[in-house]
Amino acid sequence: MRYEAPDTIDQAVQMLAEADGLTRVLAGGTDVIVQLRSGMVEPDLMVDIKRIEAMHAITAEGGGFRVGAAVSGAQLGEHEGVKALWPGVVEAVELIGSTQVQGRATMAGNLCNASPAADSVPALVVAEAVASIVGPEGRRDVPVDEITTGPGKTTLAKGEIVESILLPARPANSGDAYLRFIPRTEMDIAVVGAGISLTLNDDGTCAAARVALGAVAEVVLLVEPAADALIGSRLDEAALDALAAAASAACRPIDDKRGTIEFRTKVAGVLARRAAVIAQTRARG
Amino acid sequence: MSQIHVSTTINGDPVEYLCEPDETLLDVLRDRLGLTGSKEGCGSGDCGACSVTVDGRLVCSCLMLGAEADGKQVGTIEGLAEGENLHPLQRKFLEHAALQCGVCTPGFLVAAKSLLERNSDPTETEVRYWLAGNLCRCTGYDKIVRAVLDTAHDMKGA
Repeated sequence: MRYEAPDTIDQAVQMLAEADGLTRVLAGGTDVIVQLRSGMVEPDLMVDIKRIEAMHAITAEGGGFRVGAAVSGAQLGEHEGVKALWPGVVEAVELIGSTQVQGRATMAGNLCNASPAADSVPALVVAEAVASIVGPEGRRDVPVDEITTGPGKTTLAKGEIVESILLPARPANSGDAYLRFIPRTEMDIAVVGAGISLTLNDDGTCAAARVALGAVAEVVLLVEPAADALIGSRLDEAALDALAAAASAACRPIDDKRGTIEFRTKVAGVLARRAAVIAQTRARG
Repeated sequence: MSQIHVSTTINGDPVEYLCEPDETLLDVLRDRLGLTGSKEGCGSGDCGACSVTVDGRLVCSCLMLGAEADGKQVGTIEGLAEGENLHPLQRKFLEHAALQCGVCTPGFLVAAKSLLERNSDPTETEVRYWLAGNLCRCTGYDKIVRAVLDTAHDMKGA
């Protein structure tokens, strides 16, 4: 394996585009180095993007924040602005691994690793986050829900790198939340994850909502019928019941050692319901 | 496969080494530099026995390439004591008998030092969450948590 750590994204793109064989981008490395050491992947070239200064920046943009691809979970969690605007995204990122893993792991890496159980992705999908991708053909902006196509699979072309993720501005009276189920309190992979973002009208009714579920299908699911169950309501019991039912109905999980199909389907509804109430509380300020 | 030349700083001292592109920082520390205090438990970032700091951030050295340390400030367990003078955390671990076999202890100490640098007065819950990525299969954790809380208590009184 060849290791390169270029100073600019153009150099990084060129190296990846021109390389023969298997390539990997190295951001935090908390997935890719485990895969490398266990022999799951044998890259010919690994391009470390952390020497590229812009990759480490969190910058205000149009009322939202642009988060560089090398920003660690720890760095994101220390950013008061992002925490205030998108607390659900920050809490989802902070659920990934231990303090040690947080020192390295990145949101962009969590997205590009393309695990259906990635904690940050449901939160990013409901936030309508946009990945800024640079490649041999130039730059393109892609909604995060169009990045992954299955476990370990993305729509990124050869030579393309996610440079940053934009967390957009949001209307007043908005809130988001992410919850996951694991059989312990820390350090595990989601059995089910649920992200909710919503905006309330002045009268307290729900003006807009997005609901996304993790670990219940081959990709993170954006569940529109679940969002529709909330819109127009005050998140009363009937609306929350309808939300939970719609969330469960959308699930098409696998049975594995972490959970059964039946369990995941049920828990998806429970978590969606609880996350909605937290998002509502945050939206009320 | 050509080796990579790395210039870094470890526990305040400038260090240079050659390493393979796919060699972890942990392997460099242990096998090339003789700094065997950092341990390999799992090799996958789950146990924390290889904890070090890089530019002040707590990380698993098994989840980082040696090549990535170029130009960085690395802190290992060997940097805790000053000569014969143990770090307050080390003294408290001994006082509370917060170790049995000792394999996890360097990682716990490096992680606990990193916590106390950020939060000099942590609650028990904060200590337990901060150290959730450090596994110990001997002690049941209580003695470790008490040692960290007692260190914070003493350092605050100092």
